[in-house]
Amino acid sequence: MSWLELDCRHRYPAGLEIDVAFRAEHQVVGVFGPSGSGKTSLLSMIAGVLRPDEGQIVLAGQPLLDTRRGIALAPAQRRVGMLFQDHLLFPHLSVEGNLRYGLSRRRSTEPPVDFARVVQVLELRELLARPPRSLSGGEKQRVALARALLSGPRALLLDEPLTALDQPLKQRILVYLERVLSQWRIPTLLVSHVAADLRRLAEWTIVIDQGRVVAGGPPAEVLADEIEPEKSWNESR
Amino acid sequence: MTVMLSPEEWSALTLSFRVGVCAVAASLPPAILVAYALARWTTSRNWLPRATRLALQLVVDLPLVLPPVVTGYLLLLCLVPGGPIGLLLKRVCGVQILFTWWAAAIASAVVSFPLLVRTIRLAFQNIDPRLELAARGLGAGPIDAFFSISLPLAYQGVIAGAVLAFARSLGEFGATIMVLGSMEGRRTIPLAIYSLTNRPGGLEQCWRLVLISVLLACFALAASEWLERRQYHRELA
Repeated sequence: MSWLELDCRHRYPAGLEIDVAFRAEHQVVGVFGPSGSGKTSLLSMIAGVLRPDEGQIVLAGQPLLDTRRGIALAPAQRRVGMLFQDHLLFPHLSVEGNLRYGLSRRRSTEPPVDFARVVQVLELRELLARPPRSLSGGEKQRVALARALLSGPRALLLDEPLTALDQPLKQRILVYLERVLSQWRIPTLLVSHVAADLRRLAEWTIVIDQGRVVAGGPPAEVLADEIEPEKSWNESR
Repeated sequence: MTVMLSPEEWSALTLSFRVGVCAVAASLPPAILVAYALARWTTSRNWLPRATRLALQLVVDLPLVLPPVVTGYLLLLCLVPGGPIGLLLKRVCGVQILFTWWAAAIASAVVSFPLLVRTIRLAFQNIDPRLELAARGLGAGPIDAFFSISLPLAYQGVIAGAVLAFARSLGEFGATIMVLGSMEGRRTIPLAIYSLTNRPGGLEQCWRLVLISVLLACFALAASEWLERRQYHRELA
């Protein structure tokens, strides 16, 4: 049973043409590929930030987009939590204000999310009153993850969540990510250009190159021989 | 030589403040909307949106380059009892505003509108548009995202624009004299200075109003610059 079915085509004025189709059946699906291959565009299409020229996206049985039937849900209606590479915390709100932003905008019909539990699991209690500019990179990442979780998403879209972090900090954030993925069991699409991250977190991985899916399978198989651990696509080729 | 203001000078000062406050208060909401539209109206492949944006920009900026007397003349045509606005006000409200301070406020609002829009537009352009997308992804609608994210982040630019527009209103002469005239007890600061200089010994008498104008202009420029710098540093933080 797949939680995401996607078949989209989009052409950027600059030239890159995206033509991707895949089904996500495992809880954590990795998206691997070089910079500029269309990984972030893929997440943007699902989140409703980028509208493809044509295609269909179905999340948990609900069509988010179907250009033939004229369906295109607004980002607020899609209920997907997107975690950006550079966090995008709201600078004029405190950490608590950021966390409560999505929480206060959830529909009453949606299942409740326990604020205290999210704060506890991601160890944010000490940070609640602080402004985002005073946080370290790792703390910002945890706050952004908690904010996405508290919006009650049906799926998490993680765009290179570990890229900007140094190795010790990355190991700590990996632990938090694993904790969140195992406790909440939210279907997740994890974009990364580092093979080791996907081997550790993803159950299934698709490989994208020049806007097309070129391979798919368990990370141990798809990312096996030619890509060494801790090396990115660009370094490996 | 006395530093105390004469009744005529007091009248000019209070009228100028009344006109400036009303002009800024009335033009602020549309200026925020237009500035936001111009800031977020991204380049499109189609010619129609591009042409519409260009036309809007042209209309907004026109009073900046038109001689104020020409702006005043066009306003006069609109505000006379048979003109489009004059006729509407006469029929709907039963009032005639030409040669009242309301007409001066409209003239000031029109002339200072481009300054207001430019300053606010820059403030919006300096905000990462992905913050709004992040808010939309967390369940906020477009209006909610505007009021909860974009406007609070741009507020210093909005205040800076309002201060500049107020200062411009205080100095407005050409358009104001066309729609207000220059009658005793109904003169703004620039009109009073002009009137005094046309009287015998008036050049010596108008120094107090000149000094007030210079001080207000310096204060407005300093305040606007300070607010814009604060906005810039906040974005860097």
